[in-house]
Amino acid sequence: MRNVTGVAERTAPASAIPGPGSEPASPHPVPEAGPAGRPDRAVVRDALGVGVAVGLSGFAFGVTSAGAGLSLLQTCALSLLVFTGASQFALVGALAAGGNPFTAAAGAFFLGTRNAFYGLRLSQLLALPRPVRPLAAHWVIDETAAVSLAQPDRRAARVGFTVTGLTLYVLWNLTTLLGALGAEAVGDTDAWGLDAAGPAVFLALLAPMLRTATERAVAGVAVVLGLGFLPVLPAGVPVLVAALAAPVVLWCEGRRAGRTAKGADR
Amino acid sequence: MNGPTTVWLAIGLTAAGCYLLKLLGLLVPAGALERPLVRRLSALLPVALLAALTAQQTFGAGSALVVDARGAGLAAAALALVLRAPFLVVVAAAVVVTAVVRALGG
Repeated sequence: MRNVTGVAERTAPASAIPGPGSEPASPHPVPEAGPAGRPDRAVVRDALGVGVAVGLSGFAFGVTSAGAGLSLLQTCALSLLVFTGASQFALVGALAAGGNPFTAAAGAFFLGTRNAFYGLRLSQLLALPRPVRPLAAHWVIDETAAVSLAQPDRRAARVGFTVTGLTLYVLWNLTTLLGALGAEAVGDTDAWGLDAAGPAVFLALLAPMLRTATERAVAGVAVVLGLGFLPVLPAGVPVLVAALAAPVVLWCEGRRAGRTAKGADR
Repeated sequence: MNGPTTVWLAIGLTAAGCYLLKLLGLLVPAGALERPLVRRLSALLPVALLAALTAQQTFGAGSALVVDARGAGLAAAALALVLRAPFLVVVAAAVVVTAVVRALGG
């Protein structure tokens, strides 16, 4: 375990489970910015790239929301106050289909549960002071988590989180406004292929995470569950069922590891 | 479509709920992550959710499954990712290919 700052490592009982989870010290062996740390410029470039690309898809949201019958104020309020794209798309979709406000909000809420897990990882990685957390929380979303978690050290992660968050928040809200205003001018957004922007963003965020067979297995099972339950469960629920792919694959791996260990004993 | 009061109610509920979820993750004590299983799980959950969302937004139409121009767009995005293209190029490839396939009647 690297610890370039020389801060005394916290001691913790060694884990009984072998593998990457067995490091006895802090969950994130994240060095503070060292001389070998990633240059800020490279981090900012990554963060701006993600921020600009996703910010532009706010245009698609503005158009979709206006097309679903929400007013300009309602559309902008969603981007300002909810600020998590999948939940926003889910909400306007459900409202347009005539769903009641509680079901519609529940679907959006369930889609947002993943942000709690991003926050769980980010709080360790970024080590934010307590007073800053309620402010930073609003920016805890797919893209800021992806950029931050991809950085090699804490300083780069903080720069990545801040630049991605700020770029995205400004552009997402600006382009939401433009999209809502321009909905009539654009006409059929699907004709422009804008409905493919969302999934392409998700795919680009997912790709670097598929490092080992475990991640690929989780992704594969999640796709099968997510698509398989789409026709039978209410909007927003199938994606939650798909999240079960993570514990299921881990459980299967644990069983296999257990069998292998037993076999080796003989 | 619902009335404006209903829509505002849904917006308020969603905004409050989504914010609390984000805050929850940041405020949970650090000890919660020290257990290897929890750490492993919290690393794998985004993988599952992003994979499912990608598939659903590519092949879902309401509660039906369809294969349409978006599939071609996503294939283009995947190719761009394999070729290590920058983020913007990946998204642009998906949008442009989807639009072109649709224009060709796909």
